[in-house]
Amino acid sequence: MTKQQAQLQKEHQKVLYWEAQAAGEERKRFADLRQEIERQQQRIAKPQQRAYQSTALKFVPPQTVVKNTIMAFLVGGAICLMGQIIKNIFLQNGLADKEASAATSSMLIFLGAFFTGIGYYDKLGKVAGAGSIVPITGFANSIVSSGLEFKKEGYIYGVGAHLFTVAGPVLVYGTMISILVGLVYYFAK
Amino acid sequence: MELLKAFVLGGLLCALGQLLIDLTPFNITPGHILVGYVTSGVVLSFLGLYQPLVDWGGAGATVPLSGFGHSLAQGAIEGVKNRGLLGALGGGLEATSIGIATAIVLGLVVATFAQPKG
Amino acid sequence: MAQKKIGKQTFQFSSVPVITSWASVVGPKEGEGPFGEQYDLVLTDSLAGEKTWEKAEQKMMQYSVELALEKRGLLPKDLDLYLAGDLLNQIICANFTARFLNTPFLGLYGACSTLAQGLCVAGILLEGGFAEKVGVSASSHHNTAERQFRTPTELGDQRPLTAQWTVTGSASFVLERVGTGIMLTHATIGKINDLGVSNAQDLGSAMAPAACDTISTHLEDLGRSEADYDLIVTGDLGFLGSNILTELLTQKGISAEKIYDCGITIYSPEQDTHAGGSGCGCSAVVLAAHLIGCLQARFYQRILFVGTGALLSQISAFQGESIPCIAHAVVLEAGRGDR
Repeated sequence: MTKQQAQLQKEHQKVLYWEAQAAGEERKRFADLRQEIERQQQRIAKPQQRAYQSTALKFVPPQTVVKNTIMAFLVGGAICLMGQIIKNIFLQNGLADKEASAATSSMLIFLGAFFTGIGYYDKLGKVAGAGSIVPITGFANSIVSSGLEFKKEGYIYGVGAHLFTVAGPVLVYGTMISILVGLVYYFAK
Repeated sequence: MELLKAFVLGGLLCALGQLLIDLTPFNITPGHILVGYVTSGVVLSFLGLYQPLVDWGGAGATVPLSGFGHSLAQGAIEGVKNRGLLGALGGGLEATSIGIATAIVLGLVVATFAQPKG
Repeated sequence: MAQKKIGKQTFQFSSVPVITSWASVVGPKEGEGPFGEQYDLVLTDSLAGEKTWEKAEQKMMQYSVELALEKRGLLPKDLDLYLAGDLLNQIICANFTARFLNTPFLGLYGACSTLAQGLCVAGILLEGGFAEKVGVSASSHHNTAERQFRTPTELGDQRPLTAQWTVTGSASFVLERVGTGIMLTHATIGKINDLGVSNAQDLGSAMAPAACDTISTHLEDLGRSEADYDLIVTGDLGFLGSNILTELLTQKGISAEKIYDCGITIYSPEQDTHAGGSGCGCSAVVLAAHLIGCLQARFYQRILFVGTGALLSQISAFQGESIPCIAHAVVLEAGRGDR
């Protein structure tokens, strides 16, 4: 702690004491003064923090961006390829395009859930990064992994409540913005 | 050819997500990625920019979560066309209800039968 | 003027309490690490035959106390006091272990510095004559910590290279006012250091300044230099934090040659833990399984053991608060005969 910081600490304590004893207008003046000291305390800490963080940053190992990106491309691509194959099979069996898409999504969600359940999806994620998060199998993984994790806390407050800890925001903001889109379309029409 | 296109487009969308995680200074988690892709999918779809991707890449555009957003947006627009204001509220979820229901059912089933391995 | 305090933050134990017994219990991954043979008990799976990981962690802690007591021929009732802590909310593992032992108990929370904190407190109590025998434990478990502080364990996310791997392990120590064992001569109680690092996936960077502060204060208080120690052991700074500590100490004119980090040595590089190990169990099991043995064999005469702790909670992390960090140091010296 620098001399200046020690001084501010002392002043803060004093002013707070005065503020606690004062009333009305006077109390408000002391409160303002106290907040000013608090702001100054934060300002003083900033340069020190910034200096340290730039020192620390020098030692951070560089992320293996190229390798990560290639792996994400390959795994993500492979999952989409699989999706296309599944969809083609559904189409060949006489499903309409929309139904085939929905069925494909369900199938991929099943695969994501299955591999999460037998404990392999997190291992894939370690290698693939976004390659296994972005496809809809990643959505399934986020739901199943949360549910699985809280199994021991019971079915109501455990599994039921936690199923959407990671995926919940997706539905919240996805639904919200789709409604906005619908409204804009309705009024612009 | 169709399969190759799906592979390339899907791979590119995932690689973009990886770059977002690795190169931005923010702490981006899977949750951020999922939300980001769905909402941008909705917006792009509304602006008419996502349909061309689907036409070109097929599953390469529909399997990533931005495709989920695309379904939400198209569902909402479809809903407005058929039922007006009520459709704006329900259309998005109706179009994606099969996927969401599957996820809920499987989440519960897997949680019942599997054990977390750590 | 405090009689037993030297300098700003250091306590001197002139009656010299001793560590008379110790034991470590670890999970399978740690068992595959460099100290695999030296742990007292290596669990075959991370559940330890229990239904939940939390129960498994509690059992690990309990086993380590039982083993430490048995080695010395003691029973839980012989302890005047039991000090323990872990990483979980409301330190549940420590509470349940104390329930099992049925001894007077003080719970500790110092995140990964818990063991060093416990040794400091035990030293003070023994020196003060409030106890004859004190038990100290610390534990952590990879899966319980992961699900509490980060994400579900089965979620397919990628850990950044700065992230450390929480050690599954627990170690317990029995300290006595008189006896034969490893001597506890000084303790330096740390101050909170927070230089604004808020990334919970980079605890090494957050904790390095606290370690530097405590080490330099300790040396200054006692008028010693790093040459007076065979080793300066840090708890779990990992590769990144350890490099930063070297830089910070060099800036202060202290040689960092004898720095030894438990987070680095607990795993072998092939185990792919990124920045190294962390958690209460990390420094505890390395001390119990390896370092104390080296002191006992007089391979080392005197070491400075610095436990480092990142005192964040998942709530403070979500609210974007930076991470307050602390480090406590104890001086351990090679054995003494019966008095």
